Amino acid sequence: MKAETGLRKYHAAVWDEPVVMEMGRPGRRGVTFPAAEDAVAQAVGAASDLLPAAMRRQTRPALPEMSEPDVLRHYLHLSQQTLGMMGINLFGTCTMKYNPRLGEALAARPEIAEMHPLQDEETLQGILKIVYDFDLMLRELSGMDRFVFQAAGGADAAYTHACVTRAWLAARGEIGKRDEIITSLQAHPCNPATAATAGFKVITLPLEENGYPSLDALKAAVSDRTAALMINNPDDMGIYNPDIKEWIRVVHEAGGLCFYDHANFNGVMSRLRARELGFDACMFMLHKTFGAPKGGGGPAVGAYGCSEELAPYLPQPLVSFDGGLYRLDHAGERSIGKVREFLGNLPVVLKAYAWTRSLGAEGLREAADLSVLANNYMEHELLKLRGVSRSHPHIDLWRMEMTRFSLGQVFEETGVSAMDIQNRMVDYGIDAFWLSHEPWIVPQPFTPEAGEMWSKEDLDNWIAVLGTVIEEAYADPDLVRTAPHNQAVHQIKAAPLEDPARWAMTWRAYLRKNSDR
Amino acid sequence: MTFTHPFMANSVDAIKQEMLDAIGAPSVEALFEQIPADHRTTRPFDLPPALRSEVALRRHLLSLLGRNQDCESNLSFLGGGCWQHHVPAICDEIAGRSEFLTPVWGTPSSDHGRNQAWFEFTSQLGELLEMEIVSLPVYSWGCAAGHAIRMASRLTGRRQVLVPRILCPERLSVIRNYCQPPAMPDHIDVVEIGFDAATGLLDLAELEARLSERTAAVYVETPNYLGLIETQAAAIARLAHAAGAEFIVGVDPISLGVLAPPATFGADIVVGTTQPLGVHMNCGGGTGGFIASRDEERYAREYPALLVSIAETTVPGERAFGLSLLHQSSYGSRENGKDWTGNSVYLWAISNAVYMSLMGPEGFREVGELIVQQAHYAARVLAAVPGVAVTFRGGFFKEFVLDFSGSGKSVQAINKALRAHGIFGGHDLSAAFPELGQSALYAVTEIHTRADIDRLAAALAEVLG
Repeated sequence: MKAETGLRKYHAAVWDEPVVMEMGRPGRRGVTFPAAEDAVAQAVGAASDLLPAAMRRQTRPALPEMSEPDVLRHYLHLSQQTLGMMGINLFGTCTMKYNPRLGEALAARPEIAEMHPLQDEETLQGILKIVYDFDLMLRELSGMDRFVFQAAGGADAAYTHACVTRAWLAARGEIGKRDEIITSLQAHPCNPATAATAGFKVITLPLEENGYPSLDALKAAVSDRTAALMINNPDDMGIYNPDIKEWIRVVHEAGGLCFYDHANFNGVMSRLRARELGFDACMFMLHKTFGAPKGGGGPAVGAYGCSEELAPYLPQPLVSFDGGLYRLDHAGERSIGKVREFLGNLPVVLKAYAWTRSLGAEGLREAADLSVLANNYMEHELLKLRGVSRSHPHIDLWRMEMTRFSLGQVFEETGVSAMDIQNRMVDYGIDAFWLSHEPWIVPQPFTPEAGEMWSKEDLDNWIAVLGTVIEEAYADPDLVRTAPHNQAVHQIKAAPLEDPARWAMTWRAYLRKNSDR
Repeated sequence: MTFTHPFMANSVDAIKQEMLDAIGAPSVEALFEQIPADHRTTRPFDLPPALRSEVALRRHLLSLLGRNQDCESNLSFLGGGCWQHHVPAICDEIAGRSEFLTPVWGTPSSDHGRNQAWFEFTSQLGELLEMEIVSLPVYSWGCAAGHAIRMASRLTGRRQVLVPRILCPERLSVIRNYCQPPAMPDHIDVVEIGFDAATGLLDLAELEARLSERTAAVYVETPNYLGLIETQAAAIARLAHAAGAEFIVGVDPISLGVLAPPATFGADIVVGTTQPLGVHMNCGGGTGGFIASRDEERYAREYPALLVSIAETTVPGERAFGLSLLHQSSYGSRENGKDWTGNSVYLWAISNAVYMSLMGPEGFREVGELIVQQAHYAARVLAAVPGVAVTFRGGFFKEFVLDFSGSGKSVQAINKALRAHGIFGGHDLSAAFPELGQSALYAVTEIHTRADIDRLAAALAEVLG
């Protein structure tokens, strides 16, 4: 413990690790393969003679040549230079969870890792049963009639919805006529972005004083051109739209579909069902809400669920059960086909299934309770800190599972930004927090999400670190602005990342651009 | 009465009470005041009973997994976009490191090691491809192809793409979704180009006839879906460029130790799969796709995927790695961004980086040579089985088509019979490619031995006999 702050001392490992392209020596090997057996080589001749001459590689790729232990140590060093949730990670909007290692151990077994997606369904009975049963569990949690796990992330599930909407419109002869998707300023960027990619015009509703768009704004936006509403609830500020049922009624009356982006499911799970609110479809992120790892950004699963009316348009195949065998149903001419090859990231489904089975209904409710309790505890303590405020300060209700805060006052008074504070907090072993999705609705935002896994001691530690860093900002702003100081490397210079003459997305580009320096 | 769950540190009544006392709330339930009463579900949640102990949960899951039959205890020749390649053990060890496995995001300094590993993924793949921009992976090869076609459409302002008839049906379905249905305003017309029945290569005359000022891109793959190396690639590039179209090439990167990188025969954008580079099949969950191009601003500005660049830090001589051009992604520009991005398969990119570091140039050469020799050996041995014909006799890499039409049996029946021998036969092509008859796509890689291939031949002889 550091005497002056009472906080734990932390310092990242510093290995001064070269880029792998600079490592190795010619001739070294990290993996070798046998030569073709004699009978094989005699039968077919040299490999080069089997390849069309014009298509043979002429130059050796300039890859590093390394021994196996050197490769292992290099990447272990890189893992040690990654804070990666070894600290306290309250990364808002992403619901950081414990990823039970049992799931990892099981997913590494050949009965899942060494399965081919085109195997006959009779050989896939275990994993298909997991998919089938987990579909039933998500139906129970959402009220939807069918789930599919093909979408490889939350954004991909939003895209799936946009594709399903297109197919649904086509079946009704309304494609090209209903060409608008409505969302709100606080919806995750994937909602407008996937809608636009799928060919829709996007209408973004602004927020009112109460933290969500007004019903009047929605009524003014809907028309016979409305294809769908894509919306989160609660939003990332922890504010729940109490008019959502009326919203759905208005959109349905106009002839559009309603999609519930359940990114923030953690606070409402076990208290409501999307279908009972009137939604036609929803999405869960198994890597986020259901305990599967995020992998630094995937592999992930966006579980997409919908009403019976939309089920015929789902991507194929779906899993069915005939009482004896679990089947892959490829039939269905109204299906949108594929949004990604094969069956989805099934090991992630396995892990989410395992997590959910370990909790049961009672555990899911406990997780929701604890995440909302922890957020309100955080909020209560954070608002005591100098210069910290929250979005919509006049809304005097308990927030849901996260709250959007602002360090605007600290910035005005010290010139220290939220990003500077983020950089300084990692010096105390706190993972970089999430600021805000675009656009920012408060100045210098930060969005911690306590979730259910972090202990009260962890939360207290996080709060104490932020308090300490804010005091530092007032006492010695340069200390914070130049952070981090205890990390593997110092602050990156941002300008070259945006400069075509200097950016280098590969070592090859880097060498070319820096050969004269 | 509550319980203490092992995953939840605060699920202890005394701690909850302490936190409630601190905030002055009467109960946990009171904190949910924002949810109106009529929004709350009245029907209890009927889930299977909790298996709270790891011992019970493990036993349950093992009983489910035990119903699977995998490609280790069986001999598999399945391919078609997902392949059984050797995964060096340290790929799994590194991808399993908690620092890489569990988090979602970090800053260039807090998660420096992961950012460097990502850069090493793009850098090593860049050497294999001889390309200077490589993105972090997207979900799959099909998704990469779809994004690349949309990039080409934005670059040229045109709305048609020419693709080979010989294309993975799954990949084609993804591409069609990315190109939107014809009734949508931004639809990109996907036109299939046929193939030469004797060689399986693209029909150049048909390509030439279809190319026009409407063509945004020509997309081909080498090896193609049926395993054949597209020897006309340079000619296709010339035709595409003469028409003002972008030339997009899909490639299996494990072939690049022995096969020419597409950049050398005129590719503008290269896409492909990352699964063969150190990632288990995972029942299809091992897929990932990459997008690469020359380092030209016009291409860089159209990437929807994340790009990692090397840059200096505030300390002279020190290097770090950060995201470049993030503002043009959907994170930065919402509906005005380039397509969209979100969670992808970045953990697999770390496995890919480890794999390529182990391989080096000689590893890629060696594995490529072994694969091509074994695949050709398999084709020869199997062609000798009565009732079996090899449709395209040469010019393939690791996959080839077997035609069973002469046997009078369907691929489905043959594969069912092979399963009794512990063998997963090749993927049935008869529905997607009826012009090929009762045909199957067989994949042979470095994990197979001569004995495996001979065993397949013997089993086929028995099944067809």
